[in-house]
Amino acid sequence: MHAANLQLDSHGRLRHFLGIEGLSRALLTEILDNAERFAPVGDRAVKKVPLLRGKTVANLFFEPSTRTRTTFDLAAKRLSADVLNLNIEASSTKKGESLTDTLRNLEAMQCDMFVVRHQTSGAAEFIARQVAPHISVINGGDGRHEHPTQAMLDVFTIRRLKHDFTRLRVAIVGDVAHSRVARSEIHALRILGVPDIRVVGPKTLIPPRVETLGVSVHHTLEDGIRGADVVVMLRLQQERMQSALLPSAHEYFREYGLTPQRLKLAARDALVMHPGPINRGVEIDSAVADGAQSVILQQVTYGIAVRMAVMSMVMATQSLAQGGNSGASDDD
Amino acid sequence: MKQDFDVDALVDDLAVNLRRMIEAEALVNPALVGICTGGVWIAERLRTLLRLEEPLGELNIAFYRDDFSRVGIHPTVAPSRLPFDVDNRDLILVDDILYTGRTVRAALNELFDYGRPRCVKLVVLFDRGGRELPVQADLVGAHLKLGQREHAKLIGPENLALEIHRGRG
Repeated sequence: MHAANLQLDSHGRLRHFLGIEGLSRALLTEILDNAERFAPVGDRAVKKVPLLRGKTVANLFFEPSTRTRTTFDLAAKRLSADVLNLNIEASSTKKGESLTDTLRNLEAMQCDMFVVRHQTSGAAEFIARQVAPHISVINGGDGRHEHPTQAMLDVFTIRRLKHDFTRLRVAIVGDVAHSRVARSEIHALRILGVPDIRVVGPKTLIPPRVETLGVSVHHTLEDGIRGADVVVMLRLQQERMQSALLPSAHEYFREYGLTPQRLKLAARDALVMHPGPINRGVEIDSAVADGAQSVILQQVTYGIAVRMAVMSMVMATQSLAQGGNSGASDDD
Repeated sequence: MKQDFDVDALVDDLAVNLRRMIEAEALVNPALVGICTGGVWIAERLRTLLRLEEPLGELNIAFYRDDFSRVGIHPTVAPSRLPFDVDNRDLILVDDILYTGRTVRAALNELFDYGRPRCVKLVVLFDRGGRELPVQADLVGAHLKLGQREHAKLIGPENLALEIHRGRG
């Protein structure tokens, strides 16, 4: 079964959130609309709503992460869920416990949701197939495959600031080949109707046949960001710089680093985005990262609302599956 | 079917009684908070009729309902908006129809997540009885006599009218 089907219940409601590929525009829009409703919660005196009171969320991070884990943590807490943060790399697997045994134990602790980050592509889907039916799985990034909540917070940021997807030019710059953010983002932008999506980077970092995803390929930054409304800079991983794929960080910055001067080639009001953590002086100049067009920190804030939306939607689907559905009284 | 209520006249009367209550209870700069969506329509009219200075508050209690486990997230149009400081404020909570009391319970819980008001009064256009919680209104526009399977709904925001229909099953 395709992951897109595994994510939905028989009524088309979100049951797991594993990847963007194959989802409908209506569903992505529903996530964005719900995130819009959760966004103001962060501005209140009490940054919390009681929606997921009594639910338990386990963050299963097999790979280190600060931003993604903390924003999932905050999102769950702002929904009043209880949160377990498991750094699995450091615990059970080292003691020889199998993944399946770890999952069984968490089920026995009556968890309701697993947020999974793993270095292997397909890990979240694998876990979604293993878990008890009352548990929902959210992909917090799997290998080079997908990072769907990151893509959703990016398109949420774009929608808030640019409003209309159907006339946008979006450039995704950097290590597209190894980036799950780029993959999820390309799918999300396509599904939401962005007509001009460009991937920009050296040949060694652009995946073969990427054009089949509906994007154009550019090998110079100048060419790629010309007239763009949104420039998404990807993080250059340390291991890439040490490998044979690139000469050096310094060299990379000279060719692909986003400087104030190069940014002038983009649309005058272009947004600069980055999933973080940023490498200043490698893929982005500090003057751009901290500049007026940068929305990098807004992305972090919006990430909480987007994750609240996804978490509450999968839990709502679970509730409806487990009985209920008796219909709301309309006038109490 | 539409019930024979002149909703505009009821709102006018409610405004007169609310004015009296504000004076009798010596409420200071009271702010109206409507519960989405019918309550907001009534609160808006009351605010205009009473020429209150405080901006209108809107509460969308979707995240505070007690039936998430039965029906999931309620689809709604707009998030809550309370454009004033709730702490130590005299608030007047407005809803269109008071029934089980669960909506008011949820609204009070949400209000207290914004701050600690000095007092909260409850004003409703219609009270149809059938309470499941110990909640009563301070002011009621009219009482409705309805069977358990009958549903009442306020239509608006232009030409406010009460619609009654026989429910499912």
